[in-house]
Amino acid sequence: MSTEILMPALSPTMTEGNLTKWLVNEGQEIKAGDVIAEIETDKATMEVEAVDEGFIEKLLYKEGDQNIPVNKPIALISAEKNSKAKSINKKIETTLKNAKQDLNEKEESNPISNEVSMHISKDQITMRQAIRDTIAEEMRKDKKVFILGEEVAEYQGAYKVTQGLLDEFGKKRVIDTPISEHGFTGLAVGAAFKGLIPIVEFMTFNFSMQAIDQIINSAAKTLYMSGGQINCPIVFRGPNGAAAQVAAQHSQDFSSWYAHVPGLKVVAPSTPLNAKGLLREAIRDPNPVIFLENEILYGLKGEVASDENFTIPFGRANIAKEGKDTTLVTYSIMLHKSLEAAKILQDKYNLDIEVIDLQSLRPIDSETIINSVMKTNRIITVEESWPFASVGSEIVNLVQKNAFDYLDAPIIKVNSADVPMPYSSELEKLYLPQIDDIVKAVKEVNYI
Amino acid sequence: MKKLSKSDHLKIYSYMLKIRRFEERSAQLYGMGHIGGFCHLYIGQEAVVVGVLMTIKKNDSVVTTYRDHGHMLARGLKPKKIMAELTGRADGYSSGKGGSMHMFSKENNFYGGHGIVGAQVPIGTGIAFTHKYNGDKNICRTYIGDGAMNNGQVFEAFNLAALWNLPVLYIIENNKYGMGTSVDRAAAGSHLYKRGEAFGINGEIVDGMNVYSVIKAAEKAGDYVRAGKGPYILEVQTYRYRGHSMSDPAKYRTKDELEEYKNSDPIEIVRDEILKKKIATKNEMDKINKEIIEEIKLAAEFALNSKFPSKEELYTDVYI
Repeated sequence: MSTEILMPALSPTMTEGNLTKWLVNEGQEIKAGDVIAEIETDKATMEVEAVDEGFIEKLLYKEGDQNIPVNKPIALISAEKNSKAKSINKKIETTLKNAKQDLNEKEESNPISNEVSMHISKDQITMRQAIRDTIAEEMRKDKKVFILGEEVAEYQGAYKVTQGLLDEFGKKRVIDTPISEHGFTGLAVGAAFKGLIPIVEFMTFNFSMQAIDQIINSAAKTLYMSGGQINCPIVFRGPNGAAAQVAAQHSQDFSSWYAHVPGLKVVAPSTPLNAKGLLREAIRDPNPVIFLENEILYGLKGEVASDENFTIPFGRANIAKEGKDTTLVTYSIMLHKSLEAAKILQDKYNLDIEVIDLQSLRPIDSETIINSVMKTNRIITVEESWPFASVGSEIVNLVQKNAFDYLDAPIIKVNSADVPMPYSSELEKLYLPQIDDIVKAVKEVNYI
Repeated sequence: MKKLSKSDHLKIYSYMLKIRRFEERSAQLYGMGHIGGFCHLYIGQEAVVVGVLMTIKKNDSVVTTYRDHGHMLARGLKPKKIMAELTGRADGYSSGKGGSMHMFSKENNFYGGHGIVGAQVPIGTGIAFTHKYNGDKNICRTYIGDGAMNNGQVFEAFNLAALWNLPVLYIIENNKYGMGTSVDRAAAGSHLYKRGEAFGINGEIVDGMNVYSVIKAAEKAGDYVRAGKGPYILEVQTYRYRGHSMSDPAKYRTKDELEEYKNSDPIEIVRDEILKKKIATKNEMDKINKEIIEEIKLAAEFALNSKFPSKEELYTDVYI
């Protein structure tokens, strides 16, 4: 009888992993707790320990195999040595065949979730690489730029976004901080007042609440309070919103919190392409910029501009898909769900949906939104934040004020549920806006 | 301590007197309704900032709390532009948009004027970080009220400053009360400066009513920080004669306590020293006083004759 060793999930958002190293051989005896392999996750390279005891019967993947899905068998253990029964061998072969098949299929499937599919091509780069490359490019150009935050240097980034920066720029410019958000954020604000350009990484924006006084009362207001004398060229960045099952205190979307504040600029990239363009613009902007990343999108691959001076001006939305029947206004990860919903609406209901990716929340591109509503006469906002006083609420205001007579239906906001994020995966799914929710809203405004 | 010259003594006297007369005039204008909002006077504490001033180099930075009028005067800012800010006029340092608590002068390396208790401490630490990053040998003096010494971010900043060996001199102005709560009722443990010991930051108590004690301590501490030995803390014992702000009747302390401090008035100490050393005569000092009164009177007139900010000003300086 064989026991399967499965590819473990080693982080909340891990869906697949790479087998970097086997530390055991076939036939070797292992005990519970022995380290058997090294697996590279979306965040780090981790050691995997055996839970069961016995002999390694078969290694189902070889070193270097990539994108092995979580929960697929990676090795078999037998209780006895030299167990060569035919039935077992057959089982091994079947498992191996299935695993290989999965691996091939995987290349075709999506990196985000079961709901969202994106084209992946090997020469494209991930969102995480796009962000890192932009930071590195700007640090090469301007000695005043430095990055600080928890685990950004020696650990190479809690989400590997800052991988390699310490090696290239040294510890003077890539700085590990203690877990003191209030303190290091205030320190960075002071450094910006004095002329440096800090990039502050929050391990997640949830932790920026510890520092929000410095962001709002100091960074955002001092230019005004000083009559234009002291500006604050700083970027606050990190993952925002839900990851996967990290529950109420680690899953909040802060976009409307920060977009509320005059003196701040707030952007939320949705692709590697706009991540590069917006981040470069953020680092070069003389004002404080909140750069809201999304953990689930870090692995998303896409094309990027090769020009090292490519920027996307703030306040300019991107029409991700043109259409004439209904407008979906969205940003960040919800862009991908909106595009997926648009496809379903086209296929099933013959509705031609226009999808606007805001990219920049403050300043907001009201012109693009209004023009689109004037064309489609129906608009839905899609965002991950709570519904009360959200970015969508502001868009509703913009539209009723500027395009009231063009509306053929009430505006619907698709948001997360108005509750703290639950832990259970089933409840989490209910909490977050899903493709079905978007489809339902579009049908409603089209009276279908 | 370097020997003070005759002109040093007179500079000390003039600055302290200027702060006192300026604050008295501010109180008057507040009473007349020309200054609004919160207004925190520095009367009684003049020896602290003027003592430290005597040890500052031109390119050093300073950041302080909302009790900042005296700090600005000591940093060489013009009384008339400070008064114009207090009265909310276009000629003020912040074009009338900052007010008493939020004043800045980049050209004088004066970084505020911060209205949130404790917020200036990480900020000052960050300015010191910049001095080190740029390798310019300048230091940042960061003032802290005794009330802020119970604020968490102060200790986060202490930790960072010690960890990264930053050129920051923390100066606690212990005026005995955080608004209406005495230090004894707010801070556990003994002296406030000792709270730096946990981070390996050295410090000491200084008599803040005596400007010569402040100069001596500030000089030593400034040299220490400038030498790259990391942060240092001075806990300067001082006293504010007025309430926390203009709207505070200060009923939480006795008249006897106030009188006791007034009897060791910091400006009188300097005056006595000058007379004792025969640096100037009584008449000469009265003349200085009259000149300062005149200067402050003109500053107030300038402020009251200055225009209010234009409507357009509402929307400027939000972004650059």
